Amino acid sequence: MVAALGRRSVRQAFRRPQFLAPIIVFPSLFLAVNTGGAGRAVDLPQFPPVHGFLDFQLAGAMLQSTMLAGVSAAIALALDIQIGFVDRLVAAPIARASFVLGRLVATGVLGVLSGLWFITIGLVFGAEIHSGVPGALVVLALVGLNAIAWGTIGAALALNTGSPAVAQGIFPIVFVILFLSSAFFPENLLLEPAKTIAEWNPMSLIANGLREPIISDLSWGKTLEGLGGIAIVAAIGTVLCARGINKKLRSA
Amino acid sequence: MTTGIAFELRSTWALMRRAINEIARVPGAVIPAVLAPTIFMCGLAAVFGNLTQLPGFTTDTYLTFILPVGFLQGAGFTGAATGVNLARDIELGWFDRLLASPAPRGVLLAGTVLSASLRVLMPITLLMVVGLSLGVTFPGVDGLVIAVLFASAFAAVAACYGAILALKFKTQAAAPLMQAGMFIAVLFTTAYAPQELLTGWLQDVARLNPVTQILEAIRQGFVGEVTWADTWPGLLALAGLGAVMVTLAMRGLRRSGE
Repeated sequence: MVAALGRRSVRQAFRRPQFLAPIIVFPSLFLAVNTGGAGRAVDLPQFPPVHGFLDFQLAGAMLQSTMLAGVSAAIALALDIQIGFVDRLVAAPIARASFVLGRLVATGVLGVLSGLWFITIGLVFGAEIHSGVPGALVVLALVGLNAIAWGTIGAALALNTGSPAVAQGIFPIVFVILFLSSAFFPENLLLEPAKTIAEWNPMSLIANGLREPIISDLSWGKTLEGLGGIAIVAAIGTVLCARGINKKLRSA
Repeated sequence: MTTGIAFELRSTWALMRRAINEIARVPGAVIPAVLAPTIFMCGLAAVFGNLTQLPGFTTDTYLTFILPVGFLQGAGFTGAATGVNLARDIELGWFDRLLASPAPRGVLLAGTVLSASLRVLMPITLLMVVGLSLGVTFPGVDGLVIAVLFASAFAAVAACYGAILALKFKTQAAAPLMQAGMFIAVLFTTAYAPQELLTGWLQDVARLNPVTQILEAIRQGFVGEVTWADTWPGLLALAGLGAVMVTLAMRGLRRSGE
């Protein structure tokens, strides 16, 4: 049942451009403009040694894509609640949390697909994955897990509000969280107060974990830090999600 | 009386007022569009602020450099939202009733796109208040007037673009196309850095993109003096884009009525 609901969610994303655009189109455009507009940043003396600015930016694009995948999942789930689809699932003889798990599986799949997309366009436009195929696999795993973690946040939002408009309204917040992390620029080169906030933002851990295999050798320390950041997001999302499911079941 | 200039002006104003009423009646739908340019301005300044250390940068504070981009982003988002609203009106059948009314097609288009010129005043007011409180250089009265007028006019151009897509696809599902078009138009310019500091393909695209001229006209008062030399290319670009967009939108409107 979870797999069937997951397949439905993935198909839904591919059929409706409103769901796919935030995951692929906007992060790709942002990657293009960041790379072309701020590419000379690598000439700054404090910038870490990288093959190119595109290599550095790929992690930010993947992070943005997976966070927006979570928001898109929130909108889709809220629409399912609005049209009564979730109520029918709750009344059906299946595990109560299936409708959320199906959505999370789909978000994870979309995350991995977006990771593949960004690695491909990165390679096409001259980036290098410094740590090779093993590094690319680590990146894909982190991207998929991060998408699921943000999927829990999205599901919690949908379950607790039931409103696609509210879910839509969270888009700017995603950018606030990203700007206040090391997703797009090295932490030491951010301006205050963003620099201090980025040091505490778990998204910086995830960004650095994603970036490390791309710009240098595979470092398990950074990968574990990335997993730690994902665990923090997933823990918050799961608690809020459980509360939302209980709320939904009480009202059903 | 359903003919004459007075009727057309009244009809245009009524359509503009309807669009503006939505701000008060559906604030939840408007708030993200109002906040987004300010969030981008503050975020991009915090992230890329140290780019001003690069030789050749035209200002010491990145916030001053990036604020005019917020003007155009606000205009672009407002224009795209106008297109989405028009698509919603088409889906709900409201626009068919307007087409059946005695109002000329030009009035229907004017009412829709000019509302964007007024609505854009909200995000740019917020941008200016936040920007000035964070230390952005005041562009002078002439610089500010030029910036506001150019942003308002660009919002109308962006709304025309949204209307073209709404009339073509007749569905709100076209929203990403409207937003992506504006994203490209506004950011594939000298948004992040002066022309000579852009890298690779973006340097060429920014040179060819007419919105670069509009951005530089808006930016001139913030980073230096207002001059005719920096103003007329922006005026020309606005006029050219406006002429093309209005022509295409009118063609879409005529086809809708067939």
